[in-house]
Amino acid sequence: MVGAIAMALGRAMQDDARVILVGEDIGANGGVFRATDGLLERFGEERVMDTPLAETVLAGMSVGLAAQGFRPVTEFQFMGFIYPALDQVINHAGRLRNRTRGRLSCPLVFRAPMGAGIHAPEHHSESTEALFAHIPGIRVVIPSSPARAYGLLLSSIADPDPVMFFEPTRLYRAQKEEVEDNGQGLPLDVCYVLREGTDITLVTWGAVVKETLSAAQQLAAEGISAEVIDVATVSPIDFDTILSSVEKTGRLVIIHEAPRNCGIGAEIAARVAERGLLFLQAPVERVTAPDAVVPLLRLEKAYMPDEMRIMEAARRVVNYS
Amino acid sequence: MAETRGKELNPDPSQNGKVAAEFQIRYRQYLDGTANLVGEPPDFARNRDTMISLYRAMTLTRTFDSKAIALQRTGQLGTYPSCAGQEAIGIGYASAMTDRDVMLTTYREQPAQIWRGVTLTELLQFWGGDERGCDFAVPREDFPVAVPIASQAPHAVGIATAFKLRRERRVAVCALGDGATSKGDFYESVNLAGVWRLPVVFIVINNNWAISLPREKQTAAKTLAQKAIAGGIPGVQIDGNDIIAARQVTGEAIERARDGGGASIVEAITYRMGDHTTADDASRYRREELVSAAWKLDPLARLRAYLANRNWWTKADEEKLIAECREKVDLAVKEYLAIPPPSPASMFDHLFETLPAAMQWQRKQFAGG
Repeated sequence: MVGAIAMALGRAMQDDARVILVGEDIGANGGVFRATDGLLERFGEERVMDTPLAETVLAGMSVGLAAQGFRPVTEFQFMGFIYPALDQVINHAGRLRNRTRGRLSCPLVFRAPMGAGIHAPEHHSESTEALFAHIPGIRVVIPSSPARAYGLLLSSIADPDPVMFFEPTRLYRAQKEEVEDNGQGLPLDVCYVLREGTDITLVTWGAVVKETLSAAQQLAAEGISAEVIDVATVSPIDFDTILSSVEKTGRLVIIHEAPRNCGIGAEIAARVAERGLLFLQAPVERVTAPDAVVPLLRLEKAYMPDEMRIMEAARRVVNYS
Repeated sequence: MAETRGKELNPDPSQNGKVAAEFQIRYRQYLDGTANLVGEPPDFARNRDTMISLYRAMTLTRTFDSKAIALQRTGQLGTYPSCAGQEAIGIGYASAMTDRDVMLTTYREQPAQIWRGVTLTELLQFWGGDERGCDFAVPREDFPVAVPIASQAPHAVGIATAFKLRRERRVAVCALGDGATSKGDFYESVNLAGVWRLPVVFIVINNNWAISLPREKQTAAKTLAQKAIAGGIPGVQIDGNDIIAARQVTGEAIERARDGGGASIVEAITYRMGDHTTADDASRYRREELVSAAWKLDPLARLRAYLANRNWWTKADEEKLIAECREKVDLAVKEYLAIPPPSPASMFDHLFETLPAAMQWQRKQFAGG
């Protein structure tokens, strides 16, 4: 997936002179995950700008650049290091358009690697997307495959408003999928139905899409037909797609790598309760990380939802009576 | 170990430690507290029309300010931060800017906003609780005032980067308070502005008070201007109640930035005459004598005395100006009070360029239909 991201960045920069990259170690080093590999050579120092190590000014200067008509794509090295920039995200990026009634706007993308599963050090395995989903005026996008990373990133860069783009590190080098550099974006604000089914709806996003798809395949062998939905844009949520699936299947399991409490799964479950309660033939289940600090690498496997837990939840929901 | 604990970090130079670097902070003033010229003034200070136009703007600002407080006290305006006493520095740096420069300020910079062309009606509209007050007709690229402290400094750095990338001879001017210089946003911005040699000027409006915290409790640093040194840029301290210094020194900093000389900090010493905002009661933490002492250095009275000493200004001129200012302010108040409130559905109309389909249902709930 990291290659697809680099390709999308290169494509966006080639097609739109307003697109510039800012971040730490993104130049000569090509980014800590190599997401900007080769872009300094191609586009030069004025479009691939290494900044000092300071996340607040990184975020804030991006707001200034965006207000001036640039399209900054700003890399934060890890989701766990984006928190100093929260003030800028909440108080400025998310509301510049609103507080000036559209006089100024903030077309930028804040990229950050997210999630556990790569044996990284402390603070390098966060899944705190729900924090950002709570903020008005920004989109939160999480790709789950190289093709969607490419297409969703192109659309995020082209979007006239701020987008938080979180890339699951576990997928960076996991999948070998040929992605064509065709410059085509994929739509934001819509869920992607990755597998159709009739017995149960599995709603998820990010890295755990992989385990969910695999669980769905194994459930099929047991005679359970699972529909798998990749939310992709976790804020705002395309709830209609989820609701029509639940109307069809009558059963819902939500899977996310983030902690349970006030997670995006809670929002989805609440909306199903509001608008789809009578479709349900069983209680909604959530398969999530516990409400615990992401453990260091020796326990991270236990922390993340796996195929077994997804299948168990799906069986319980399907067999509910 | 115990023996070295109390010793100076800087060892005896005869034994060890040559001077690695040395720094100085200059203080600049042209018009002293009694309106006497100190040294040779810049040309504009000899120009009657220029000096009168500055005085007129300062007077208009103060008239507006008193009216705004009165409106708040009578329930016709939201919480409002008085700018009384800070007119010289605000009008000073704003008048040193060109229309094409971009200003980013903290709240309490009504003097600069008014000089830049933000209308009194727009100011009232904003402080009266209507976002449309930040949709200034001019200057279109200036940022709305930043309420979170120092958070506009990174924006100024971004805007200056945009100017530099486009090779435009424009400058970002960022005004913030003494309290803001304690924040990381400020340090990070000064640092980046220095290392990238950006066309940005940070004006530190040192009014001695960050709500209730006096300047001496804000930092052990001798001056706030010296915070430039860590970022490798020049810093200078000025008498911020001296309109001549305010305009001249900020102007030098701005032109230096425009000419590719990079960023700098100007610390302007002034005084917050009023409460922090209309929601504050400064008598809880500050003695009245301090305020009456500060009034003796009032920037308006000082400039008026300068004009009068040159026979450029008479009592009749003053009376006429006050009447004009009151008329302008009253007209703005009338306009402001006549503006109907925004519709509830408008909460959704500028969240995004186009409201996502997934949010349309929420807007409908507020559209009353």
